[in-house]
Amino acid sequence: MIIASLFFYLFAAITVAAAFMVISARNPVHSVLFLILAFFNSAGLFVLLGAEFVAMILVIVYVGAVAVLFLFVVMMLDIDFSELREGMLQYLPIGVTIGAILLIELFMVFGSWVIAPETAGFAASPTPPIDRITNTEAIGQLLYTKYVYLFQAAGMVLLIAMIGAIVLTLRHKEGVKRQVVADQVARTPAGVQLKDVKPGQGL
Amino acid sequence: MEELLSGYLPIVVFIGICMAIGLALMLSAFIIAIRRPDPEKVAAYECGFDAFDDARMRFDVRFYLVSLLFIIFDLEVAFLFPWAISLREVGVFGFWSMMMFLAILTIGFIYEWRKGALEWD
Repeated sequence: MIIASLFFYLFAAITVAAAFMVISARNPVHSVLFLILAFFNSAGLFVLLGAEFVAMILVIVYVGAVAVLFLFVVMMLDIDFSELREGMLQYLPIGVTIGAILLIELFMVFGSWVIAPETAGFAASPTPPIDRITNTEAIGQLLYTKYVYLFQAAGMVLLIAMIGAIVLTLRHKEGVKRQVVADQVARTPAGVQLKDVKPGQGL
Repeated sequence: MEELLSGYLPIVVFIGICMAIGLALMLSAFIIAIRRPDPEKVAAYECGFDAFDDARMRFDVRFYLVSLLFIIFDLEVAFLFPWAISLREVGVFGFWSMMMFLAILTIGFIYEWRKGALEWD
């Protein structure tokens, strides 16, 4: 167990350091790469919690897809980021003040917050012990039956995201000839006219 | 919990080997390789010219559309994993709830196909 806590501190330290580098790196592409490092280490933290499915989804979806999306956004916005950062130090005091206030509030909330002992029995779907049933299976047993409406709502959200992305970004160029496979397949020999062209005469 | 984490030991070993090899290659280049830089050697080489401007350029927005559509189907597949291994417990209802989910996303797929979002031009 001491090794597990060692790994916890390793992952947590790298996550925090990488998150700091995300906001302080000069080059926005480097920021995205540090964000990927932070995602990987959060996946490690989830594994230490026993939430394997969430960890793997974090690697697949966030590292594999969302980070690429961020890279595209960074490349698509043609902003001179070094110019944008000029005023950053100027806003540092107020940013630090707000951050400190939030941190103090969080400490006050968690310091005085206790879970009433009897509420543990009220959980709608208590987490099954991890040595009996895997994390992924436990999610599967609840998501598709008990939380079916939320599951379908997730489907709807994905549908809306798909349609929204197409509506917002899809612009077809005018006058581009496209391949229409159906027309090609529907051609019959009757519609084809062969012409015997003599050399040097043309049609 | 112990058992679960010890299952990840091979991955830790692999990551360790990867980092050792990567660091060894980089450090050996620093230590072994002969370095005698002079202004001509370290100058940027771009077909004999000095670099004209920044290598960054604007990407077409269509790359964004492609990756966004990829993420959506990526998430759809992510929902399939827990379903696949717990299908015996969730039974017929769970099966049809997933079919409903897939049908909703298939509507979107048909829409994007008909709109030509999968074509480049």
